This record gives sequence, C-alpha cells and structure tokens, in this order.
Amino acid sequence: MSQVASMHGAVEPAESPLTPESWGKLGMWIFLAGDAVGFGTLLAGYGAMRATSADWPSPYAVLGINLTALMTFLLICSSVTMVKGLEWLGKGDKSRAIRFLFFTALGGAIFVSLQAYEWTHLIHRGLHINGNPWGASLFGTSFFLVTGFHGLHVTGGVIYLLAIMRVVARRPSPAASYNPVEIAGLYWHFVDLVWIMVFTFMYLL
Amino acid sequence: MATAEHKHPNYMAIFWYLAILTVVEIAVIYMPLAKFTIGVLLCSLALGKAVLVAMYFMHLRFETRALGLVAITPLVIATLLIFVLLPDGFAVVKRTVGVKAATTEPAKH
Repeated sequence: MSQVASMHGAVEPAESPLTPESWGKLGMWIFLAGDAVGFGTLLAGYGAMRATSADWPSPYAVLGINLTALMTFLLICSSVTMVKGLEWLGKGDKSRAIRFLFFTALGGAIFVSLQAYEWTHLIHRGLHINGNPWGASLFGTSFFLVTGFHGLHVTGGVIYLLAIMRVVARRPSPAASYNPVEIAGLYWHFVDLVWIMVFTFMYLL
Repeated sequence: MATAEHKHPNYMAIFWYLAILTVVEIAVIYMPLAKFTIGVLLCSLALGKAVLVAMYFMHLRFETRALGLVAITPLVIATLLIFVLLPDGFAVVKRTVGVKAATTEPAKH
C-alpha cells in the first residue's frame, strides 16, 4: 500500500481505501451498486406483479427465446472482447486495444438493433405497454420497462466505449489509459450481468 | 504499470462456461420437471453466471474484500425487498382467489 502511495503521492492527495489503483474505480463500483439496486427493484417488482396476477402469460411462449438467446450470446462475446481489449492495453498494444474496444461497441450496437427489431415485431403482434391479447396488461408494461431500461444502459455503454476509444487514441502512453478502460469495462460487464438476470427472469422463467 | 496489472484469468474458459450455462438454461425450460424445480434451477444457473462475470470479467476475485462487500450489498437489498413485498402479495392473492370463487371468471388486471 505505502509503495503505491509513494508512487502516486504527488498526483493524488490520498489513496482510495478499497481500490488502490484509483478513486475512479471505487466511484464506478459504488455507482454500479446503486444501479444494481435499481434493477433489483424492477425485477422484484416484476416478480411481485407476476406472482399476484391470475392470468400472466407464459413469457417464453409469447416472446420467443431464439432471438433473445442470440442476443445473450452476443453480449457475452462483447464482454470477452472488452477484457481482451484491456489485456492488449496492459501489454502496451494501443491499436489492438482500440480494435477490441470497437468490437465491443459494435456488439452493443447490434444488441440494441436486435432489441429494436424484437420490440417492433412484438408491438405488431399486439404487445403494448397498456395491454396485450394474451392476458395481464402489466405483462407488456413490465416487459417494455425492464428491457427498455436495460437497452438504455447498453446504448449509454456504446457511447461510453466510443468516448473511451478516443481517450486511448489520444493519450500517448497505453499505461495512461489503462485505468479509464478498466473502469469502462466494469460498466460494460455489469450491463452483461444484468442482462443475464433479465433474460432468466423475464424470458425463461 | 506493475501495480495495475492483474493476474489475468483464462478469459476464454470463462466465455465457454457462460455459453454452456446459457445452453443449459434454455434446455432446462424444455425438461419435464416441476415448475418449482425449473425455477430453482434457472435461478441458480443465472446466479452462477452472474458470479462468473463479476469474479473474473470484473476482476472482483482479485480485489480487496471490502470492495466485495460493496458489490454484494445490492443483492442483499434486493433479497430483503422480496420479503418486503411478500405480505402485499399474499393479500392480493387472497382477494383474487375470493373474486375468482365468486364470479368463476378469471380476474383481469
């Protein structure tokens, strides 16, 4: 600990107690913990509405899971390209790191596009925010609310990643952008983690 | 940059675990099991995947214990929330069952 402190002594006034690398990383973790409570609340609310409803439709029969399984796989792949990007940056290869960050952002963009396609398809079949042909109207409400909230996170993540790519490109030393990329990675993996939960609770269960 | 360097886990192995667990999840819903068993299986599989992502992709395994506490807090809060919602749920179910018995028509929400 004291070694790290003396290294950064002139730059940072005090060392972050939980994340010796930077305060930013601790900040991101605390933000993610708060965001997780938000998603947890949405999912718990979904569970409560569903458990107390007499005519809740069967999600996987109405929504279909083939496309969503593909989307899940895509998000897992984009998490792998994210860690690979960070790994290359750690090895000092800036251009490979930027390329993998781009693949990650591309994966996110395709995910959101597929979600837009899925929504359009479902809306045409009659799934609306205030009613649907299969049963409880809250089914549509909660579906659009939760997947929409997650989709916004992915959209935000894509913009975040594009901004971070610029940071990596502009800073001359790869080591100088390691920390911002790692923090962006935390956000991206969190979005993946949340999708794992949403996919299980809203599509499969 | 020696201090920021993590021991890198085998990311491809984690990727395959996640892919396989996803396939297992999809297989589980087609299995001829009781609804409750399927629910328990799906929840544990999802939790397993989430733990893999947090531990290895988010490097939580290589962080300080206190940061792990920060990360686990939302799970504790969400679990408590379920218990907070339970009494309300029971009350609604009780009323819905009463309505159903009286009208024999399924209640629309």
